[in-house]
Amino acid sequence: MDNILPSYLIMGAILFCIGLYGALSKKSAIVVLISVELMLNASNLNFIAFSKYGPAPSLTGQIFTLFNITIAAAEVAVGVAILIALFKNKGTSNVEEMDSMRY
Amino acid sequence: MNWLSNLIDNWLAFMSVGENVAFAILAVIMISSAVFMITFTRVVHMVISLALVFISLAGMYVLLEAEFVAFVQVLIYAGAISILMIFGIMMTRHDEEEQPKQPLFQALLLSGCVALFGIIFYVIQSTTFTPSTSSFDAGADNTKAIGELLYNQHVIPFELISVLLTVAFIGAIVLAKKEEG
Repeated sequence: MDNILPSYLIMGAILFCIGLYGALSKKSAIVVLISVELMLNASNLNFIAFSKYGPAPSLTGQIFTLFNITIAAAEVAVGVAILIALFKNKGTSNVEEMDSMRY
Repeated sequence: MNWLSNLIDNWLAFMSVGENVAFAILAVIMISSAVFMITFTRVVHMVISLALVFISLAGMYVLLEAEFVAFVQVLIYAGAISILMIFGIMMTRHDEEEQPKQPLFQALLLSGCVALFGIIFYVIQSTTFTPSTSSFDAGADNTKAIGELLYNQHVIPFELISVLLTVAFIGAIVLAKKEEG
């Protein structure tokens, strides 16, 4: 087996699909956030796999992954803050009841 | 039975390399804990299996010669983000995740996700990846190599991301501290 790159890509695809299913099917807002994290991690895995086994291997893929991790940290911080503020105001963490801007 | 022996041969050839064995073990841990994460009903258990997914991902990064990113993964994801999620859980009230009310929607969603995975799988399998002409060089010291790259070529995105991080954290504090609005 000379090329292991497709194995890593399929691994990322599995993680992404599990995260997508969780993000769309769960009701609790924190579980939706967790599933989005899973999808971001799948993309990180693809970046690092391509940075080693891709057509032009270089360290830039790892740099991009570091930026991606930073963005994910900022997203989680803001997401949890919004969640806590919503819980203070409405007393629920169910995403189906967060529809006050819908109508 | 020919294809079966072919399959077994391929499997044995795949498993004869040490890196592939480590990859297979990490992949099994990762997929099973991700599936557990989706099926658990209590949110704290979900976060713990999520941490397991993050740690096995860090193991895969070590396999891919990205040691610094692997340590950052353990520190940021398995440490900080999991704890932040647990804080978020403790600050809000969670009923047990009830049984899905719309079975049709759930079935459609599940088949859609499986179909998406099938499409990605087909595309990956039918693509021929040209093997690289140059070999990957992670640097004698991976952290040093990344630091040099980060402060020479990528210094503007680096500064921009620090501004973004500051803005996001100030915004998070303002959002969470706001009195009843």
